[in-house]
Amino acid sequence: MDLWNIFDKEWIPIGVWVESALQWVVVNFRFIFQAIKVPFDIVLTALEDGLTEAPDLLILALIVLIAWQAGGRRLGIIAAVCMTAIGLMGAWEESMTTLSIVLTCVVFCSLIGIPLGVLAAKRDRFWMVLQPALDLMQTIPSFVYLVPIVMLFSIGNVSGVIVTFIYALPPVVRLTNLGIRQVRPDMVEAARAFGASNRQTLYKVELPLALPTIMAGVNQTIMMALSMVVVSSMISVTGLGQMVLRGIGRLDMGLATVGGLGIVFLAIVIDRVSQSFGQSSRDRNHQKWYETGPIGAVRTLVRK
Amino acid sequence: MSEAQIECRDLWKIYGKRSDEAMQAVLSQGLSKEEVRDRFGCVLGVRNASFSVRKGEIFCIMGLSGSGKSTLVRHVNRLIEPTAGEIHVAGKRVDTMGEEALRQLRAETIGMVFQHMALWPHRTLGENVGFGLEVRGVPLAERRKSAEAALESMELAGWIDHYPDQLSGGMQQRVGLARALAADPEILLMDEPFSALDPLIRRQLQDQFLSLSEHMHKTTLFITHDLDEAIRMGDHIAIMNDGEIVQVGTPEEIVTNPVNDYVADFVEGISRIGLISVETIMEPLDGRDPTSRQIRIDAELGQIIDSFMDDQSPLTVRDRENTPVGLITIKAALKALRG
Repeated sequence: MDLWNIFDKEWIPIGVWVESALQWVVVNFRFIFQAIKVPFDIVLTALEDGLTEAPDLLILALIVLIAWQAGGRRLGIIAAVCMTAIGLMGAWEESMTTLSIVLTCVVFCSLIGIPLGVLAAKRDRFWMVLQPALDLMQTIPSFVYLVPIVMLFSIGNVSGVIVTFIYALPPVVRLTNLGIRQVRPDMVEAARAFGASNRQTLYKVELPLALPTIMAGVNQTIMMALSMVVVSSMISVTGLGQMVLRGIGRLDMGLATVGGLGIVFLAIVIDRVSQSFGQSSRDRNHQKWYETGPIGAVRTLVRK
Repeated sequence: MSEAQIECRDLWKIYGKRSDEAMQAVLSQGLSKEEVRDRFGCVLGVRNASFSVRKGEIFCIMGLSGSGKSTLVRHVNRLIEPTAGEIHVAGKRVDTMGEEALRQLRAETIGMVFQHMALWPHRTLGENVGFGLEVRGVPLAERRKSAEAALESMELAGWIDHYPDQLSGGMQQRVGLARALAADPEILLMDEPFSALDPLIRRQLQDQFLSLSEHMHKTTLFITHDLDEAIRMGDHIAIMNDGEIVQVGTPEEIVTNPVNDYVADFVEGISRIGLISVETIMEPLDGRDPTSRQIRIDAELGQIIDSFMDDQSPLTVRDRENTPVGLITIKAALKALRG
């Protein structure tokens, strides 16, 4: 053998090892991964069915009303313009699919990420273990774990949600941790001094005070989920991402542009609405949420 | 001792991972604060503090920042766990108390006021003031009634549905007081409650609190870094330095008889008029005849000075039964004034 070119031979067949390890996991534990899929599947199917099967105009109205409620009349108008544009471009159906994937992802990221963040804020050691895991989730290029995800969960929209979930989880955990840690210590001490238990202190003082930061985390999670839309379409996730991917594959600039614009418009709406949710009533002159927007308008009408 | 409402005995607090080791070493070798820091990496917060507060009195703990006064007061409701020592509050042993009993004690027996108010900005004044009752599971209507009453006693009646950031600093601290009083606790812990306020408001709140405390008779532990305030408010004062209680006494005892240079330095600039009683500066009659000029035994130093203005001959002190008990010379009065 040529000693000068020792690297011609593969000395450590790491690819083979991973391959066989993964095969082994797939053969023996596939049922576990199929079980993990179930809750994702239920939520995704419900959302997707609801969003795509309901009349388009009803959904449009609902989105506009939610935007108005969350961020005032201006945001209502922005949402109306963006969503109508998507509809007129002929990307409505796809955008609803993408919206349901993003929403499912947000539901699970919040359900798992916020408790993780709270726990991390309370236990320094747990945070020290969690941090590198979160770094890993954010830095490994998503292409790298597409293959094992497909082997374990197969292809399709649910797998897409799981890939997106892994990528989008870190910000909500990080910002929940930060938000809870940043609550003024004397606020927490006062709660304890008046006899609150740990749980009461968490729910009545720490979480409400950390809410704006936590919602910033949820917002970041949503934006990261949206940025995975095109990548996840490679494992045959439908929606706007698929339009872009197909457009690239066929050099169909028109199709790719429609998909891309759809993602942009959808992103604007979701971003603004989720940011407005993070505003506390203190920023709105202490008006309760039900005193403003369409619900507030209806309430004043009814009172008269 | 039976009427002591708060009592701490031989209380120690050492912060740090090796606090138990450090505690042993301090007890056996009597290490200083610096030695504890260098040898164990621990911070000595409170050093062998013992004091007792009688029912209904205002007990001031005075010291500069870092003297351990805030740490000490937090042992009373065990926001800070003692390293060693005993704490008794309202007849109960606090340092060995279970979690649930401790929470009940905090919610029902002890009200606390904080230096920076520590009002929760996301809750209305009503929700802030009613918090202690809320965590005990008291129904909303009842909570609101107590909150209303407490706010009214602080002259904040119409503000119950407003938020803390809509109030001025002085008003916010009155809410802090109302929150401490809402559950009608026997004991108040006040951690520099008026320090963050400007002087005029501070004075007002001191007066308001004094008149309130006159008819409510709450046992109060009052922390301050301001000796003037301690003298104004306190029935007794404990002076702390470096985690140790240096001297405990009435304001008069502290001012007239400081135990060491540290206390003496503090006391130097304090006006003695109004603090020094006739009794401490009079000389016994010792068979001398009472003079025609006389003064009551409960008179203040200011009155004595006034009577010496146009006549410098000695005054006869008469007690409450009008019997002559002593003499005051102008020299004694001036000496008392000079300190």
